[in-house]
Amino acid sequence: MESILLRARGVPNSRDLDSYLARGGWEGLKRALAMAPEAVIQEVIDSELRGRGGAGFPTGRKWSFVPKDHPGPKYLICNADESEPGTFKDREIIEYDPQMVLEGIAIAAYAIGAHTAYIYIRGEFFRWARLLEEAIGQARSRGFLGKDILGSGFDLEVWVHRGAGAYICGEETALIESLEGKRGFPRLKPPFPAVVGLFGQPTVVNNVETLACIPHILTRGAKWFASIGRPRNTGPKLFCVSGHVNRPGVYELPLGVSFREIIYEHAGGIRNGNRLKAFFPGGSSAPVLTAQDVDVAADFDACAAAGSMLGSGGIIVMDETVNMVEVGRNLAHFYAHESCGQCTPCREGSDWCLDIFNRLLQGLGHPSDPEQLLRICRYASQGMTICPLGDAFALPISSLVTKFREEFEAAIKRSRPLPPQKLPVMPWTGKDIRFGG
Amino acid sequence: MKTQAISATPPEQLQQVTFDSAMEARIEELLQRYPTKRAALLPVLWLCQERYGWISQGVIEAVARRLGESPAFVEGVVSFYTMFFRQPPAKYVLQLCVTLSCELCGAQRLAQRIKEKLGIGFGEKTADGVFQLVGVECLGACGGAPVLQVNQDYYEHMSEEALDQLLEELAKEQ
Ligand SMILES: Cc1cc2nc3c(=O)[nH]c(=O)nc-3n(C[C@H](O)[C@H](O)[C@H](O)COP(=O)(O)O)c2cc1C
Ligand code: SF4
Ligand code: FES
Repeated sequence: MESILLRARGVPNSRDLDSYLARGGWEGLKRALAMAPEAVIQEVIDSELRGRGGAGFPTGRKWSFVPKDHPGPKYLICNADESEPGTFKDREIIEYDPQMVLEGIAIAAYAIGAHTAYIYIRGEFFRWARLLEEAIGQARSRGFLGKDILGSGFDLEVWVHRGAGAYICGEETALIESLEGKRGFPRLKPPFPAVVGLFGQPTVVNNVETLACIPHILTRGAKWFASIGRPRNTGPKLFCVSGHVNRPGVYELPLGVSFREIIYEHAGGIRNGNRLKAFFPGGSSAPVLTAQDVDVAADFDACAAAGSMLGSGGIIVMDETVNMVEVGRNLAHFYAHESCGQCTPCREGSDWCLDIFNRLLQGLGHPSDPEQLLRICRYASQGMTICPLGDAFALPISSLVTKFREEFEAAIKRSRPLPPQKLPVMPWTGKDIRFGG
Repeated sequence: MKTQAISATPPEQLQQVTFDSAMEARIEELLQRYPTKRAALLPVLWLCQERYGWISQGVIEAVARRLGESPAFVEGVVSFYTMFFRQPPAKYVLQLCVTLSCELCGAQRLAQRIKEKLGIGFGEKTADGVFQLVGVECLGACGGAPVLQVNQDYYEHMSEEALDQLLEELAKEQ
């Protein structure tokens, strides 16, 4: 496939506005401004673009939920939080082609009738926040942003807003709370942000990669976009490959190529000639797949059919040397650290899981541990929590227990006998064994 | 790339904080971006951390006064986010990613190496106040695992040799 979202990679001064114009940049906005906003939304619906931030929600449909006759302001938010473990694609887009993101933002804002857009970028991305600010300055000075854009009468201001270290702020309602100057506590839905979002106004939140697709859809048409991939799973996708591969990195491929092709052809296969053991197909929050699943197609529907999800497209590859109990401990550590603490099953459950993993790895396992883990995970998922972080920790962990049960049993076998347990979970007062808390 | 050192204002100078006109001008400019004052809280806190190196109680009180919030509210927000320092940080804060891809690619070896070279573990600072080691969660750069962030800069594909060299260079800046 030709390079679309990453076509600027390797081009000298690719971030520069003139370089972007030489690639046909800002043509999509010109087309959009000549159309009615509803027609722009229809074009995006017809492209069948689905959100690249994790949930895969159809983008055009999301835009169409914004009330047209709303009397107050509306907002567009570009989600550049990039916090899902295994995901590092939005940074790549910003590094090489920030103007493309701004053009996507401008088109989306025009379509929903927003005159203010915020780019919420994770706090650690100091450099990339600066790159975006420079890009905004350039675009503004040439009339692509600001007042009366290209003489159309459409106004749009874009601001970069930096987070300050919190995974949960990638979740759209937590992001909105954070942007409003509060702790990043997810909100109960409904109402959905498209109706009641930032500052109580209708708001669309879209991922960087989603927005980066928009200029191409407008310049080359919905039909062209939909011809890439397969129905309901259209367009190019940035796959982030990390872990035990020879060539980790971001690869742009049509949705629906197999994980085998991504891992073995593009990412150069498994390091040291080792065997593939398992992989997370869509960030660490997606249930794990095993080496047997390597021929599954990397798209939304095929991953769901295989019992996992495409998520953000972050593929974390593990070879035969990896102990899955260690993987569980690492993930439980992450989620226990990142839970915002509003819901008991998520706040306590993630901590309990971490305790159990730490015990298992120190030879203090108990025969009931696998069942305990599964039970904790059951209570933290299935809609028992305010936001999907409950599922994000519960589903991968329960998938590890189910698919690699023998490794948990082995850890238990290596354990010395424990006194009978009275509490649902053995209280654990020791320190986390590897990271000191 | 030369990583800029953090220069932290000593606690005794941050007990009572008043913003000078340069800070005021920047705060005023930030407030233009949002319909509420409260929304400027994170940007203003960032401004303070850039200026003073960390967020003391005095800074919290000054920010609260300026934005019309209670100090308790501001403190609640500050404590939610991991990147705001509540204590004066070292000159170089070594933020080692300990999440899955980085652990698969040897983050623990780097932690070990830092321990050998500098004698500090996670959460500790060297006696001379030059280095501090923090374990952080995924930095969004997993293709470059293992990843180390030092102050504002990312160092990817860190080998033990590259780490040695980096630590030596940073120490020499003193
Ligand atoms: C715990 C959690 C973390 C998330 N992190 C991100 C993120 O870092 N970046 C992102 O774009 N979306 C993230 N999302 C998804 C957002 O909530 C939202 O669905 C997305 O930004 C919508 O954009 P899209 O429709 O373009 O995909 C996260 C969701 C959850 C539940
Ligand atoms: S599920 Fe977890 S992260 Fe989400 S709101 Fe509840 S406690 Fe917070
Ligand atoms: S796991 Fe270390 S940067 Fe993502």
